[in-house]
Amino acid sequence: MANIPQRIIHEYLRHDKKFPHVWCAGCSNGIVLGAIIRAIASMDLDRDDIVMVSGIGCSSRMPVYVDFNTLHSLHGRAIAFATGIKMHKPKLKVIVITGDGDCTAIGGNHLIHAARRNIDLKVILINNNIYGMTGGQCSPTTPHDAIATTAPYGNIEPDFNVCNLAMGAGASFVARTTAFHVLELQGMIKDAMEHPGFSLIEVISACPVIFGRLNKKGGAPQMMKDFRDNSVPLAAVAKLPPEKVEGKIVRGILRREIRPEYCAEYAALSKRVQAMGGE
Amino acid sequence: MSNKVEKDRMGMIIREEDAPEKMEVELTEVKAPGDDDSPVLIYYNWCKKCGICVAFCPTGCLGRRSDGSPYVQAPEKCIHCETCDRLCPDFAITGAKDR
Repeated sequence: MANIPQRIIHEYLRHDKKFPHVWCAGCSNGIVLGAIIRAIASMDLDRDDIVMVSGIGCSSRMPVYVDFNTLHSLHGRAIAFATGIKMHKPKLKVIVITGDGDCTAIGGNHLIHAARRNIDLKVILINNNIYGMTGGQCSPTTPHDAIATTAPYGNIEPDFNVCNLAMGAGASFVARTTAFHVLELQGMIKDAMEHPGFSLIEVISACPVIFGRLNKKGGAPQMMKDFRDNSVPLAAVAKLPPEKVEGKIVRGILRREIRPEYCAEYAALSKRVQAMGGE
Repeated sequence: MSNKVEKDRMGMIIREEDAPEKMEVELTEVKAPGDDDSPVLIYYNWCKKCGICVAFCPTGCLGRRSDGSPYVQAPEKCIHCETCDRLCPDFAITGAKDR
């Protein structure tokens, strides 16, 4: 580090090796990374107790830049790897960084079964509505009628509601926000880290270079302004008339409940069996 | 790179010291020369000129140069709200009071 003033953010970044990062100008991944680091810095956790796991994709480059224990794994299998880590060392805080294609397309099964087991993973799903790294193919969360390189006349498929999917599968902490609402995201990450059980935070993010350009969204600042104007907090949904909520992003903590956690259940089972005289 | 002048995509001349093979990943230039007591620090080596900090600066402290990079156009307007800090995807700017 040359003559840069010491900031909290630089303590957690591999700033002397990997920067500037590979993400395009205006990509929200950097904003989400900043929010994660600020949330962790405010929680006074030891860096060695945190593991960041990712699969393949734009957002999955994130563990390369942070100074925690990191694992960059296979496409879609981030949750599977993270489950292994958590089962082996339940005291570690395991954060999974994943994208919409990584988590809901190829890794969809891992997501629903981790949610069903309620294993204590913190999944941060960065949803940019497209496969950005490979050139803009349409993903399961590409909105209906949006343009992608594999859907040049508009996508005819309906899109996934990831939060509803996770809640249906039994996740115990589900939240949604956008990359513009950084402070809200920071608070949600903090809440998720303290929550015992499977946590999923869906961050609607901007991909100005691929999705924005194909769909004429008008650059990174304009996409961020759209997030600000086209989202409503969950608390306001009940008070607003339905036509004002329709088509907007509902952000907030959608579910938060305490259910038996998988690692704790496993430890209890092991204790019970040992007491019976097993080995 | 002999005597030939190379230009990048934007048509700007690439100086010899800025050639990719000589570029250092390490930060060398922390702020624009001349503003030592500037309220906002901009790390131009990391900045990708996306324009988010300028668009969301609530007081109009930041301005945009013709190449898209931000600069402090009105230092007295900065209220240290740290919006640019939080919204910068590249960790390239800070408006924090204590740094």
